[in-house]
Amino acid sequence: MEPRSRSFYVLSVFFALFMLFLYGPTLTIGILSFQGEGGGLTFPMRGTSLHWFRELFEQQAVGDIWGSFRRSFILGLMVMVTTVVVSIMGGLAFRKKFPGSTILFYLIITALVIPSILISLGVGLMFSQAGWTVHWSTSGFGAQLTWTLPFGLLIMFAVFNRFNKSYEEAARDQGATAWQTIRHVVLPIIAPSLLGVALFGFTLSYDEFARTLLTSGSRNTLPLEIYGMTTNVTTPVLYALGTLTTIFSLLVIGTFIVITLGLARKRAKAGSDAGKGMV
Amino acid sequence: MISPLAVVLGVFLVMPIVMIVIVSFWRATEFSIIPAFVFENYEFLFGSPVTYTVFLNTFKYAILTWIFTFLIGFTVAYFLAFHVRTQTWQIALFLLCTIPFWTSNIIRMISWIPFLGRNGIANSTLISWGVIDEPLEWLLFSDFSVVLAFVHLYTLFMVVPIFNTMMRIDKSLIEAARDAGATGAQILWNVILPLTKPGIMIGTIFVVTLVMGDFFTVRIMSGSQSANVGRLISNDIALLQYPSASATAIVLLATVLIVIGILLRFVDIRKEL
Repeated sequence: MEPRSRSFYVLSVFFALFMLFLYGPTLTIGILSFQGEGGGLTFPMRGTSLHWFRELFEQQAVGDIWGSFRRSFILGLMVMVTTVVVSIMGGLAFRKKFPGSTILFYLIITALVIPSILISLGVGLMFSQAGWTVHWSTSGFGAQLTWTLPFGLLIMFAVFNRFNKSYEEAARDQGATAWQTIRHVVLPIIAPSLLGVALFGFTLSYDEFARTLLTSGSRNTLPLEIYGMTTNVTTPVLYALGTLTTIFSLLVIGTFIVITLGLARKRAKAGSDAGKGMV
Repeated sequence: MISPLAVVLGVFLVMPIVMIVIVSFWRATEFSIIPAFVFENYEFLFGSPVTYTVFLNTFKYAILTWIFTFLIGFTVAYFLAFHVRTQTWQIALFLLCTIPFWTSNIIRMISWIPFLGRNGIANSTLISWGVIDEPLEWLLFSDFSVVLAFVHLYTLFMVVPIFNTMMRIDKSLIEAARDAGATGAQILWNVILPLTKPGIMIGTIFVVTLVMGDFFTVRIMSGSQSANVGRLISNDIALLQYPSASATAIVLLATVLIVIGILLRFVDIRKEL
């Protein structure tokens, strides 16, 4: 192997600084959320305590945190399942040209690039003019899908662009029905990418804020609750909440990564024995 | 197969846009909106000097953020694609770049406050080093903090597409350039950069549209002292002036679509996936 060039070391330092830039602030509020009771929003720490975390568990102190967490969690799961199912179906359909496929493709791109506040405003107006009440599980749910579906679909397009069709042909030649081909051949092959779609679906919904603003109704989701707190809460309780919800997100991400790795290992073990001399 | 997708996009994308277009021609009183077909919302919008200032400000944020996210994103992607040698490390470091994307934007913005505030880490460090005598006031609640937060939030959108395109560059092209006597800088400028253009364009589309459509980063990070178009809209919404908000929203959407239309001339997204 050739020796490392000098630019490698310069770039490594740059990358390390980028990591510091990316994670530093979050770590700072992680530390500051253990601020002592008399401490404020910045350093120095006036002792360490769990005071601000305890405050989160006392309902009346800072609004309906746990209710909003529960709503965000359920909504995240709803959006995740819908995103996965609709993305698979869309990905499969887009492998062939169909009437309107170009229009639909540009609609997907539009959903991705449209300023979020337009979705919020438009869905809100539509519901109020139609006489429907906005609710996080109806209008909020739909508004969030316009953000998660484009990501899910783009991943699916990328997957199916690289998908080797001869697997399907082989299945069909052996007499598998269309559904059996999808169920036993296509889905298992694309499973790791589906985990990625699910991760996008859940986390983007769990943190989504701009598109839920006017569409969630009277009961807030967690990001809306936090947004409200930024204007009127001036104690480290905000940091404590930030730390907890970040830890929760990291746990979710970690779970997905572990499942993906486990799946890869299982596959490697149960993979092809071609060339190993076994009959 | 396609109907669920078509239904979702029809009901929650197309219909809301149509609704906004319709309402932008309505009239508003202090507490209600009245169906009409008048152009007064647009007349007011284009007649007000505030509109032009705010649109200019929005472009300023977009361009500044684009410059920094591009420089940082390109460098990071270049490091990952060409200097990290094993795939395991590439994946691990790439994941490290993407994890913050899956956590809350609002929390990531708030987390700059203890850093940039009057008594924040940046100021106290600079004072203890003797670089400055008094705390810098422009660190927080200024254009600086707004752009900083944008760069912090959206650099990832540059890293991912650029890295993706770089990984598909045939390594033998680089060897050929080296054999032909090109220096490292020449390879970067004449081989890698042109071949990375589609990734850069996709990243640009993401960053520019996210910044132009933003309304809450500017609010939180400028301490309500600066405005962009998104805030203009959200202020109108808060005052229940939906027709006026709608008119502004339509003009914003048109602007964003024109910008993307221009960018899309340089790249075929479907080919790049």
